[in-house]
Amino acid sequence: MEKFTVHQGTPMPIMNDDIDTDQLLPKQFLKRLTKRGYGDVLFYEWRYQADGVTPQENFILNEPARQQASILITGDNFGIGSSREHAVWALRDWGFKAIIAGSFGPILYMNCTKNGVLPIELEQAARETLSELPPTAKVTIDLVHQTVKCGALSWKFTINPAWKEKFLKGEDDIDQTMKFADQIAAYEAQMSPYQ
Amino acid sequence: MATTLFDKVWDRHVITGKAGEPQLLYVDLHLIHEVTSPQPFDGLRESGRQLRRPDRTFATIDHNVPTAPQPVTTIADVKDQIARRQIETLQKNCRDFGVHLADIGDADQGIVHVIGPHLGLTQPGRLIVCGDSHTSTHGALGALAFGIGTSEIEHVFTTQTIWQVKPKNLGVHLTGHLAPGVFAKDIVMALIAKYGTNFAEGYALEFYGPTIADLSIESRLTLTNMIIEGGAKMAMIQPDQTTFDYLRGRRYAPKDYEQAVAEWQQFKTDSPAAFDRIIELDVSNLAPYVSWGTNPAMALPCDATLPAIADQNMARAYQYMDLQPGQAITTIPINWLFIGSCTNGRLSDLQEAAKILAGHHLAPGVQAWVVPGSRAVQRAAERLGLDQIFKAAGCEWRDPGCSACLAMNPDKVPAGKHCASTTNRNFEGRQGPGARTHLASPAMVAAAGIYGHFVDVRQFYEQE
Repeated sequence: MEKFTVHQGTPMPIMNDDIDTDQLLPKQFLKRLTKRGYGDVLFYEWRYQADGVTPQENFILNEPARQQASILITGDNFGIGSSREHAVWALRDWGFKAIIAGSFGPILYMNCTKNGVLPIELEQAARETLSELPPTAKVTIDLVHQTVKCGALSWKFTINPAWKEKFLKGEDDIDQTMKFADQIAAYEAQMSPYQ
Repeated sequence: MATTLFDKVWDRHVITGKAGEPQLLYVDLHLIHEVTSPQPFDGLRESGRQLRRPDRTFATIDHNVPTAPQPVTTIADVKDQIARRQIETLQKNCRDFGVHLADIGDADQGIVHVIGPHLGLTQPGRLIVCGDSHTSTHGALGALAFGIGTSEIEHVFTTQTIWQVKPKNLGVHLTGHLAPGVFAKDIVMALIAKYGTNFAEGYALEFYGPTIADLSIESRLTLTNMIIEGGAKMAMIQPDQTTFDYLRGRRYAPKDYEQAVAEWQQFKTDSPAAFDRIIELDVSNLAPYVSWGTNPAMALPCDATLPAIADQNMARAYQYMDLQPGQAITTIPINWLFIGSCTNGRLSDLQEAAKILAGHHLAPGVQAWVVPGSRAVQRAAERLGLDQIFKAAGCEWRDPGCSACLAMNPDKVPAGKHCASTTNRNFEGRQGPGARTHLASPAMVAAAGIYGHFVDVRQFYEQE
């Protein structure tokens, strides 16, 4: 996983609440066998006309001025629905480094922590301010100090220290867990026969 | 200190880590299917790592498998080449890594959350994970079960463990008896309608109280299945005599059963004081629920009228669903029925739907698919003649799978059609691009098929 310490990027506001994983990445793309290459099908149904190719002109993800955006600003309950990690791969492959929402679906949140896409919870007033920034506004996310800044604007956010550490180091979970191989084996040796 | 059922099962699985921080938990059972497993198996090959416990891994094929034309018994019956490649990939991965697969055509094949309890793989006190959000289902038997992502699947493959931060405890206290024609589906829909799509985020939820004693295991599975739509990644019900009677004699149930039961009886909440938060629901006067919008919280009792537009989310939902504020739920035209899924694809669900449809026919222009949750459910239903009732009413009786619940296979509800559905999600495009889903109980869905619009199904039970 890629490290995350400080990121400066421009915002993409999609302020709907309850954006579910079927909107982020519809099921027809779950048949793929790979972990990469989902950027062009992110928000597929909202982004393309019925032919699946022609961009919807009034959808912000298609605006020329927003093509470099890397910080998604959104509503409450972002990423509710299925466990498909493909939704986070699509966000990452499109170019998002961070998602600023009111709250997150619990499985999608964990999937973000595995893929270097930083999930940030901020209150509504902060997100509304961020959503009104021009497409060129430079927003800086400092994970070390847990701040989101833009010019004179600044907000603090909270994150579990363990997930913060993981982002800062870009660690692979499995290598980390293998340090506990003896404890896992010891656990297996004493567990109930009914487990 | 008083602890909950959830605390007890969680704590017995902790290998390392303190409360409040990520804790490493042992995974007793890992259920896998064709859609979220190809990348983790590839990961094992790339890294040269082993599958640590093939004996604690169980596979089936459910999301992609077609349900028609019948019979769907071999890989040759899968005509979608991309789906076929994904299924063949799981077959190969199971062969290469020594995982038991309930394959296409196998007598055990079916939706992962239907076959787990049915085969007795799901047991009290176990920690179960699966790359599917509806894994919370298995908690109905007192297991601690939750959905995981693809990276987490690879982690479980290699280590048989998972890192999680312990959530808080939420008790949902259910009192009163359900009226005839009102079901577990209505309880869970009412909770989500009242408290929203995220009320249980950050909590492990336990259903408890006198109502639970009335509910069969299959009804309990509906509760713990659908409550993920309210944000509960994990939901549990204390194992009781109903649980022990249900599991006895099932294929993977313990052979020294009385000793197992003695262990399982320790898994209980000491006192409601152990919950961090409690929600009360008296189900006595509950009406059947129907969803009108594009998330499961946009739902109402079937005798209600649709609400005024309060924000842009509702405005968008009305536009997608082609409905108007003030319209009665019973005036929504129904063109399609789907009966099945991990929420309501079990034998008792099909029995309730068949009870309503017996002696009736679908209204003109209504198309209906009945998709049993597993081969075992299909066989049992056919022994009872339910397939004949559905066919006589004008429904298609199909082979098992996830089918039009998520429409990954060819079963898609056409754009613009209003589908009364026994499933769990009414998101935009969930049952097919442009499809309009209305969630309800199997009895409500069946009755809507007869009339071409929703009716209060309680009237069918008054006639009895």
